[in-house]
Amino acid sequence: MEFTLTGGAIIAFGGIFPALAIGVIGFKAMEAIGRNPEAATKILPPMLLGMAFAEAIAIYALILAFIG
Amino acid sequence: MASLQPELITEVAGFPVTNTVIATVAVDAILLFLLYIIAKRISVRPSGIQSFIEPGLTYFYGLTEQIAGSRAAKIFPWFATFFIVIFVTNLFGLLPGITAVGIFEEHHGEHTLVPLFRAATTDFNMTLALGTVSVFATHFLTITTVGLVGYLQKFLSLNPVSLFIGLLEFVLEFVKIISLSFRLFGNIFAGEVVLVTISGIFAFLAPLPFIMLETIIALVQALVFAMLTMVFMAVLSTPHSEGGGH
Repeated sequence: MEFTLTGGAIIAFGGIFPALAIGVIGFKAMEAIGRNPEAATKILPPMLLGMAFAEAIAIYALILAFIG
Repeated sequence: MASLQPELITEVAGFPVTNTVIATVAVDAILLFLLYIIAKRISVRPSGIQSFIEPGLTYFYGLTEQIAGSRAAKIFPWFATFFIVIFVTNLFGLLPGITAVGIFEEHHGEHTLVPLFRAATTDFNMTLALGTVSVFATHFLTITTVGLVGYLQKFLSLNPVSLFIGLLEFVLEFVKIISLSFRLFGNIFAGEVVLVTISGIFAFLAPLPFIMLETIIALVQALVFAMLTMVFMAVLSTPHSEGGGH
C-alpha cells in the first residue's frame, strides 16, 4: 500500500472538523467536571460515546485516503 | 505496510481461508475455553475468575436497565456478546509476536512473509458482518416486541410529514450499518498500520506508547459498538405509548 498526495490531502482536510469537535466535547466535559468533581464517573461514559461519534467522521475520511 | 485485504492462506473444501478466519477461530476457541472454566466453578460465593468478571457484568447490566428499562433482559445478551467478542478480537491482534508466525511466499518476485494470524477486525468483511447482524437483530427484536403492525407503524403512516420522516429513518438504518462497520474497521486497521510503521523504524522503546494507545482504543471501540447496538435496540423497540409525544 502506498501513500499518495491526494490521500494525504483527503485526510488532512477531513480531519480538521472532527478534531475540533472532539476538542469541544472534551472542553465542555472538563468544565462540567470542574464544577462538580463528584460527577466525574457519570460524565465520562457519555463523553467517550460523543467522542467516538465525532471520530467516526475522521475515520470515513481515512478510509477514502487509504483507497484513493 | 499491511494491505487492506487479508491474505489468503489455504482453501478448505472450496471455501477460501484467510489469516483473519484463522484468528477468528482461535478467538472462538479462547472464549469457549474461558466459558467452560467459569461454568464449572460457578457458585453463590464467588472466587477467582468469577469475582473478576461479575462486577463488570453487573455494571453493564445496570447501564442497560437505565437505558432500556423493561426490555433490558432481552437486550443485554446482545450487548454483552458484541462487547466481549469485539474486545477479545481487537486484543488478539496486539499479542506480542502474533504476526511473526507465518509462511514464506513469493509475491511479485519478492520473498515476503505472510502472517498466519491477523486480528479479525482489521478485515472489513468481519466488521461489515458484525454491523449487518447488529442492525438485523435490532429490527428482529422490534418485530418480536411490538409486533409486525407496530413495527410498520414506525416507518409508514398516513400523515405526510410523518411519512417523510419514516422514509428518512428507513434510509438511516442502512447508514447505521455502514457507520458501525467503518468506525470499527477504520480504528483497528489504522492502529495496525501505525504499529507496523513504528515497529519498522524503532524496534524497542518507541512502540510502547502506541501499543498502550491501541489497547485503550480496542476497549473503547468494543464498548462503543456494543453500546450503540443497545441504544438502537432500546430506542427502536419502544412501544408507541411510552415516552413523550413529539
